[in-house]
Amino acid sequence: MPEPNPPIALLAELTHRCPLMCPYCSNPLELVQKQQELTTDTWTRVFREAADIGVLQLHLSGGEPASRRDIVELTAAAHAAGLYTNLITSGIGLTQARLAALVNAGLDHVQLSLQGARPEMADRIGGYKGGYDRKMRVAELVTDAGLPLTLNAVMHRQNLADLGQTLDLALSMGARRIEVACVQFHGWATRNRASLLPTESQVEQLKKDIAIARDTYRNRMAIDFVPPDYYSDFPKACMGGWGSTGLVVSPAGQVMPCHAADSIPGLAFESVADRHLGEIWRSSHAFNAYRGTDWLPQPCQSCERRDVDFGGCRCQAAALAADPGATDPVCRKSPYRPKVDAMIEDMTSRASASDLTYRKFG
Amino acid sequence: MTPYLLSGVRLHFDKVRNTNVLLAPERALMLDGVSYEILRRVDGIQSVVEIVEDLARAFDAPAEVIRGDVDAFLNDLKTQLLVGDRDA
Ligand code: SF4
Ligand code: SF4
Repeated sequence: MPEPNPPIALLAELTHRCPLMCPYCSNPLELVQKQQELTTDTWTRVFREAADIGVLQLHLSGGEPASRRDIVELTAAAHAAGLYTNLITSGIGLTQARLAALVNAGLDHVQLSLQGARPEMADRIGGYKGGYDRKMRVAELVTDAGLPLTLNAVMHRQNLADLGQTLDLALSMGARRIEVACVQFHGWATRNRASLLPTESQVEQLKKDIAIARDTYRNRMAIDFVPPDYYSDFPKACMGGWGSTGLVVSPAGQVMPCHAADSIPGLAFESVADRHLGEIWRSSHAFNAYRGTDWLPQPCQSCERRDVDFGGCRCQAAALAADPGATDPVCRKSPYRPKVDAMIEDMTSRASASDLTYRKFG
Repeated sequence: MTPYLLSGVRLHFDKVRNTNVLLAPERALMLDGVSYEILRRVDGIQSVVEIVEDLARAFDAPAEVIRGDVDAFLNDLKTQLLVGDRDA
């Protein structure tokens, strides 16, 4: 195995606790309990190790990272380690005083999730009454504090009609960027495919709307678009290639190549409690299992897109083809593609489509 | 134009890769020598004209040539919402 390049980004899932219960939450079905969470000292060491091996961007995430009582201390530790620090939050739990303390600690950027462009929708999807109003207030506090604000809007069958309203709202909230992220089917979202998977006509409309919106908002707000799962002809490159640019640390300290990697059977993850992050990055089984392109099967091996998408998503291959080492089943060249089409047909035609299974501790 | 880095956008020396980077929300741009020399002078006080003059002196090069490069580079960063203009 040649030495991998240094990683650029670390996603630190500080906790799985969260006041919200979004049915598309990417957290695993088996949530980590509070007692198993890493301590302040261990995270502080992990941030230093991350900076030492070349990580530049740190995403403090969860669950809700503000559910950690030491969030200000952790932010200060990340800043002291020299990392660019981004807080990925629902906003719940952020008061004016706490935000001021975070700014003081060196926080660089806030990414606020948006569960809907209208209070009824937002509070129903988040499963948290009054969440929308609190979020609007938090957005104000963030921009008043001089921090750049990105909104993250997860789009799905039930709210795609609100896209225009979502973009206008984002701009009026003072966002510099918005991520229009079509729901990704990992974790809890897999339980809600029949309610959340967009229809084909929605997807066609969405692509047109995004192209127009990019023009409309040019120089005022940047629009990042995460295209919907299952509909494209060729897969996305997962995290820019397995084990090539980023790593994820779970609340209990497991180091993973992507946030859904623990859904893949047969991978052995190592813990930051046992080894230096750099050693895990270089030599752990989970990172080397699908690194590079040597392991790829046919038709990928002789495909001209081999070095573009690296055979696609391993979690998707595990979930839909029952083989994490298979060509991404979404790919037109995969023998499983007809099964994916049948699944789309089935999921978008179910009657009970508005029932939601909310994320919760088991 | 008097350029400045928008909030949350900052220069950083990456000791692992031995290079300067521009850090921003969801972005890390690796900078070559020229880009770094331009950005190092972007402080919200010096105008583009002053930045170009300073670069021309420092690198003993004609200002007209440098002006083109600086404009193109800063305009690109403006459309990416990394740089703003105090005069706008
Ligand atoms: S997706 Fe919703 S439930 Fe999951 S962590 Fe984010 S805000 Fe909480
Ligand atoms: S065959 Fe493999 S490499 Fe080619 S497009 Fe499909 S997934 Fe990507």
